[in-house]
Amino acid sequence: MRNRVLYILFTVACLCIFIQACQSEQEITYARYYVNGKGLYEKYCQNCHAPDGSGLKNLYPPLTDTVYMKDNLGKLACIVKYGLNDTITIGGQVYDSKMPATTELTDIDVTQILVYIGNSFGNKLGTFDMKEVSSQVKECR
Amino acid sequence: MRLLLFIICCILTLQACTSGSQNKKLPILGEREAVETQVKGKTVVDTIYQTVAPFSYLNQDSVRVSNSDFDGRIYVADFFFTSCNTICPQMHRNMLKVYEKFKGNPQVKILSHSIDAKYDVPSRLKKYAGKLGIEGNQWEFVHGSSDSIYNVSAKNYLVAAYEDKTDPQGFVHQGWFILVDKNKHLRGAYDGTKADQVELMINDMQILLDEQGGDAK
Repeated sequence: MRNRVLYILFTVACLCIFIQACQSEQEITYARYYVNGKGLYEKYCQNCHAPDGSGLKNLYPPLTDTVYMKDNLGKLACIVKYGLNDTITIGGQVYDSKMPATTELTDIDVTQILVYIGNSFGNKLGTFDMKEVSSQVKECR
Repeated sequence: MRLLLFIICCILTLQACTSGSQNKKLPILGEREAVETQVKGKTVVDTIYQTVAPFSYLNQDSVRVSNSDFDGRIYVADFFFTSCNTICPQMHRNMLKVYEKFKGNPQVKILSHSIDAKYDVPSRLKKYAGKLGIEGNQWEFVHGSSDSIYNVSAKNYLVAAYEDKTDPQGFVHQGWFILVDKNKHLRGAYDGTKADQVELMINDMQILLDEQGGDAK
């Protein structure tokens, strides 16, 4: 009887550790993406979009508008890599300055930038999957 | 007794600090030349400092702007182009703080030279200024021929700006903000991409206004 209890306890403990290990693996990936994304953001995005994502007046749009982000989830990867030549409206303000392409960004770079932007400046989009980003980037043009 | 001494010490230290910053005088930068003149039979040595040479450009309203528009004013000069996405947005994000700080002050102006003469015609500069929320002509965005702008940047303001085919954006330029006084002497150079340097410049501009407040024309 005692052995059985011990056995069950041991199994449950193992399972718990297992699940936690899995979760933390995901969390580690997310954290890694976020940190790398921050570095890439500082290098490629921050000049125009500002360290706090506020943009620059009516010249460059802010990244703080959670509605635009959510509505255009599928387009974000393409915008990061190939820029934007369109007129967009964010928070009632029209922006028509051209955003340049940054074609040297790899799929993992784009994913990491999206994870950083998507979870900073008030956005809470969670993590992004690199495979999905890759397939979106292929369809861009 | 001890406490009293401590308090006196504190007050003295504080006073030393405040009077120190009040007495700060900005240096005069650039080339200088010693000239000997005869005054009442005695030889006197005068220092001639570098001054900004006369210039004339079109601003964002297609109005001609020349050195005389800056007479009796202190101003900050910089070099940029509207399609630049490297240092210019940072520079003008910081310059906006200067603009907000001295907005409406007739003794202060800002002079931004476009180094992209081909693309940045006055109408484009007007659009750019509008998007930044700039009204009036306290902040002038000027268009001039490439030669004259590159010449002015190097000779007048000691800032490097030139075309470079190997650069992805086609231009090489430095992000200095140059502070010029009412006598068109260079009084300071600050890295326009750094917020703390621009903060320092705003302080120095106040010092310069206090120093030159009397001889406003």
